Amino acid sequence: MNSHLSDTIEPTPSRLRRILDSDLFYAFQRSPVAVVSSLVATLLILSSIFAPLIAPTNPFDPSSLNLMNGFTEPMTPNAFTGEVFLLGTDDQGRDVFSTILYGMRISLFVGFSAVLFAVILGIFLGLIAGYFGGWIDSLIMRSADVQLTFPSILVAMLIFGIAKGITPVEHRDQMAIWVLILAIGLSDWVQFARVVRGATLVEKGKDYVSAARLIGRRPYAIMLRHILPNVLSPVLVIATISLALAIIAEATLSFLGVGAPATQPSLGTLIRVGQSFLFSGEWWILMFPACTLLALALSVNMLGDWLRDALNPRLK
Amino acid sequence: MTDPILSIRNLTVEIPTRHGLFTPVRDVSYDIYPGEIRGVVGESGAGKSMTGNAVIGLLDDPARIASGEIWLKGRRIDHLSVQEQRAIRGREIGMIFQDPLTSLNPLFTIGEQLVETIQLHLNVSAKVAKERALALLDRVSIPDPKVRFDQYPHQFSGGMRQRVVIALALCSEPSVIIADEPTTALDVSIQAQVLDLIKELACETQVGVILVTHDMGVIADTTKKVTVMYNGQVVENGTTDQVLSAPRHDYTKSLILAVPRPQTKLRRFPQISYDSRETNFKIEDLARDWTKVEKSKSGKLLEVQGISKQFLEKSSLIPSWRKYFTAVNNVSLDINDGEVFGLVGESGSGKSTVARMIGTLLDVDSGRVLFDGDDVTSMASAELADYRRQIQMIFQDPFSSLNPRMKVESIVAEPLLHHKILPRDRVSVRVEELLDRVGLTRAAAAKYPHEFSGGQRQRISIARALATQPRFLICDEPTSALDVSIQAQILNILKDLQEHLGLTMLFISHDLPVVRQMCDRVGVMKQGQLVEVQGTETLFTNPQQDYTKKLLTLMPRLAQLSG
Repeated sequence: MNSHLSDTIEPTPSRLRRILDSDLFYAFQRSPVAVVSSLVATLLILSSIFAPLIAPTNPFDPSSLNLMNGFTEPMTPNAFTGEVFLLGTDDQGRDVFSTILYGMRISLFVGFSAVLFAVILGIFLGLIAGYFGGWIDSLIMRSADVQLTFPSILVAMLIFGIAKGITPVEHRDQMAIWVLILAIGLSDWVQFARVVRGATLVEKGKDYVSAARLIGRRPYAIMLRHILPNVLSPVLVIATISLALAIIAEATLSFLGVGAPATQPSLGTLIRVGQSFLFSGEWWILMFPACTLLALALSVNMLGDWLRDALNPRLK
Repeated sequence: MTDPILSIRNLTVEIPTRHGLFTPVRDVSYDIYPGEIRGVVGESGAGKSMTGNAVIGLLDDPARIASGEIWLKGRRIDHLSVQEQRAIRGREIGMIFQDPLTSLNPLFTIGEQLVETIQLHLNVSAKVAKERALALLDRVSIPDPKVRFDQYPHQFSGGMRQRVVIALALCSEPSVIIADEPTTALDVSIQAQVLDLIKELACETQVGVILVTHDMGVIADTTKKVTVMYNGQVVENGTTDQVLSAPRHDYTKSLILAVPRPQTKLRRFPQISYDSRETNFKIEDLARDWTKVEKSKSGKLLEVQGISKQFLEKSSLIPSWRKYFTAVNNVSLDINDGEVFGLVGESGSGKSTVARMIGTLLDVDSGRVLFDGDDVTSMASAELADYRRQIQMIFQDPFSSLNPRMKVESIVAEPLLHHKILPRDRVSVRVEELLDRVGLTRAAAAKYPHEFSGGQRQRISIARALATQPRFLICDEPTSALDVSIQAQILNILKDLQEHLGLTMLFISHDLPVVRQMCDRVGVMKQGQLVEVQGTETLFTNPQQDYTKKLLTLMPRLAQLSG
């Protein structure tokens, strides 16, 4: 391809135009899996953001609850009040559809925050390890190796347990969400650090880094301004896949009873509550939150898988 | 006259892309006769290799032959099935690739690879195959074939490996060999030997050879007939003498001119523009707003005193178990004001390490570097910042020396902003001026590096290097990654900088003819040591050291053009 003197052509197009023209967007349009999963994910994320507008009731407002409405089947009028609920109600008469919307909010908030925390920590440690090398590198990567030998759910439970021990009882429920984020984030930083370190090792050998050093830029300026933008695409891919895993990890912890409290139920808490009614015939209390979790995790995961393939030049 | 073994008739290859049909090879025709070497020359992306790949049926999806015919010994082969093509590939048509490191399997001995290939193609017993393999190794002048037979590829040097690859290509007694840049990855000294071997083999076995290269010097030395390709088309087709003495196309002229003449010193590198859209380097404008370069106190701008550098080869907790590799051993040199000092040597001789130590990219283990009388190796950070403002470097690979995620504007502005040379609001005007001076349009500022060709990127590198108005420029193989036709442009720019702005330069290269044209004095490096320093003319006419003499005899020549 002869790109001789391409600078004589027309001016640079706008940002939106460039995104629509990019190879990535082109590949996206041509992949049904990517289009469908991104639609599902967007729909779920938007409906959880606008939950207060969409949900027919506020499940956390005790005054709106009516115990008479308990165990109403989906789309069937309640025997006492005659009210109809789209996805039925739970034992306390809370609308399942509303609790799912609000629960998904918490799940997504915890997932996003935990991944963000893991990404920032992983990038920071990975850049330092890769750029400086030597004993700093050994220290960071060996502690990463040690952490990898424990299952991440175990690490998360450990952190959760310690945090629970040191927070005062009256703040425990408020702190629970933040402790969850910390626990999942800390158990997840290792893969980001490893990928960033590897990419940093490659990038720091390139001449543009030498050029920046020759100009006299400080190590942190080189890391942030020169190396970081060039190592971000693999991080983006892992972050997307991690988001799905973090949502599942949160659900697992909540299901085990060490996550979000019943007063602020996430999808995992709803599943834990629902499973005790499964064998007594009230299947909807479990099934609808479980299916929502499945749809959310699966769509995000498929999107991440597709992104990994699309950004990998060897698979093109 | 005999019939051609291989003939390519009006071959067109196309690749469907989302932006429409792309035709890397258009209407290409040439013939190969037995025992003949045909050179195919052109810059990267001209379609030389793509034509070769089409012949052996190795076009990568979605590329396809759109029209045209390929005939091998009277049989049409361009529309054969995959199985039939596989039978021809390797059997009738042998391949020699550019990189001998990757074309041999590192896990098998040379002997195993040869025997396997022979048995695959010739249907003989293992014993016969081994005899034949030994004979082949002997034929490609590998000393001690019996011992070498049981060795692994990593025990061979680059040139030896390429000989093994040639032996592999000869295994099946093919009628045609396609050699795709067979010597590009090799040092000059080995290049000549490998080309001689190919020449001998063609003559002896009557095999037809397609020699794909970008180097007119190689063509002149080795081939009888040549095809010049430009932009997917054949622009010249004839005997080598004819094409070299009376080239018809401007691109061919520029290619021939681009081969530096080792014999005479010219003021400028001859340069023919074959692309009308090209813009020029504006040295007068640049010189006008350049603050006069101050002279150094002693006349010597840079003094290097006995620097050495070791790299850790094997790490260990116990110091005496550590192994070191000495990359640079006690090198001393002086570079005078306004001088271009050349540093030559084979790859791995420590040239770049010296440059990186001078540029403070690597710390010296021992010795001192004095810049205008001040010791750089013991400077505090404030003085060091001032030193860094006065030196700049131009790197070998224009594809990795510009940050792919930064716009050209930010790349060129970075040194200006870092050294606070201009107030922030005047930087972008200055950047546009610099880009204009190196021959790029102002629109270049808003683009990313990948939108430019290799030569243009090297111009961006030069703009970045000139931003701080340095006194000293380190050029580390500035043209070895570029097409020969672009090389002249970049070298002329560097020459202009030295003449008009009085810049002092350290010019590193393995290309002796280029060094002869560019440099005032030359140092020769061998295995980390500086073996000889001479004025350029003295070095080329009357070298003192044996090693220098050896390097000089291996220099490729364009005998026909020496007038």
